Amino acid sequence: MNEDLYNYILGIADNSLILGQRLGELCGHGPSLETDIAGTNISLDLIGQTRSYFQYAAKLAGDDRTEDDIAFLRLEKQYTNVLLVEQPNTHFGYVMARQYLFDVFHLLFLKELQGSKDETLAAIAKKGIKEVSYHKRFSGDWIKRLGDGTEESHAKIQEAIDDLWTYTDELFDSTAADAVMTAQGIGVDVSKLKDTYYKEVSDLLEEATLATPESKYFTRGGKKGTHSEHMGYLLSDLQYMQRTYPNMNW
Amino acid sequence: MTIALQPNIQEHLLATLALVSDPEIPVLTVLDLGVIREAIEENGVVRIKLTPTYSGCPAMDVIGDDLTAAFAKEGKKVEVELILSPAWSTDWISEDGLVKMEEYGIARPLSETADKEALLGNKKLVKCPQCGSTQTHMVSQFGSTACKALFQCDDCQEPFDYFKCLK
Repeated sequence: MNEDLYNYILGIADNSLILGQRLGELCGHGPSLETDIAGTNISLDLIGQTRSYFQYAAKLAGDDRTEDDIAFLRLEKQYTNVLLVEQPNTHFGYVMARQYLFDVFHLLFLKELQGSKDETLAAIAKKGIKEVSYHKRFSGDWIKRLGDGTEESHAKIQEAIDDLWTYTDELFDSTAADAVMTAQGIGVDVSKLKDTYYKEVSDLLEEATLATPESKYFTRGGKKGTHSEHMGYLLSDLQYMQRTYPNMNW
Repeated sequence: MTIALQPNIQEHLLATLALVSDPEIPVLTVLDLGVIREAIEENGVVRIKLTPTYSGCPAMDVIGDDLTAAFAKEGKKVEVELILSPAWSTDWISEDGLVKMEEYGIARPLSETADKEALLGNKKLVKCPQCGSTQTHMVSQFGSTACKALFQCDDCQEPFDYFKCLK
């Protein structure tokens, strides 16, 4: 098996899986019917993308591993999603800020990945671009609405952006698998997306009458398997069924 | 639609395929929807290539099971393969399918540019499938399924689904 490609795929997919799980937690708990449905729709797209990635990874592994094994039966340190996506649903402002800060990256990333020499990854990316464009439009609209809304909504969304800002820089870190895959024309050199990302985000924040945080202190670790405390709680929910009833099926 | 994107379906399988419909939009068959990209029978096994509308669309698993059941009645086995490339587009929905969709109460997808204008709320372009008025507004960008947005008609006040353009 090509270990680097396998790890690379999991690195991409874990972001979608964990963010999909976070949004799924809101099912039935959204602040309004429309936002509730939107959140679960986005979650569904992300989990769908995750399935495509994991099915491919399972095929590469060549043993009896399935997409479910990869999703449910790893230990916390084996998940390599960025810290941003595992942050909790503190309040609606956090949900939208986390979403937007990820969506901008996600779309830039997939637009590059569609040119991958790996046909399967290119196909998943092309499919994903159509979906993620909708996600970004939705989360971006909410940032503007909350930022340019009432005094309270403005303060709350600014707080969420400020708090989550520390997790943005990790998006552009390159892992060992990233470097090998990029050299082979399969992976994306994420460091090259950084300037475009911060420009796009700060333009939207300005439109939303919000300040772009100036802090240069960034938190990282998720890509190397070192997660925040929230991750354990998230995984205990995510893995509950498979850990309690191993190999159970719907 | 370009010739290269025409699905490769054997003539004699069409009748059975037409019996399988989308579980979410039962008036549309899988052929109307354009999700069957290939169907070829060899030695009693029907090999079908199915493409999802959206990555996470839960209807795909159901459609796979329904295809297996439909051909089982003829004593044929089915092997379904999910393919992602080329990615599905609303252009692949047949004209017949679009008409049935509207009669069912779902507004048909607009062209790509018109869709953007409509979803951004810049122009009123989506036609109410109940009364035909274009005085409509978007209630939610995401609707009852991944492929639809929720609209409401300002004239007859009826809420309705709009099938989002996907290209």
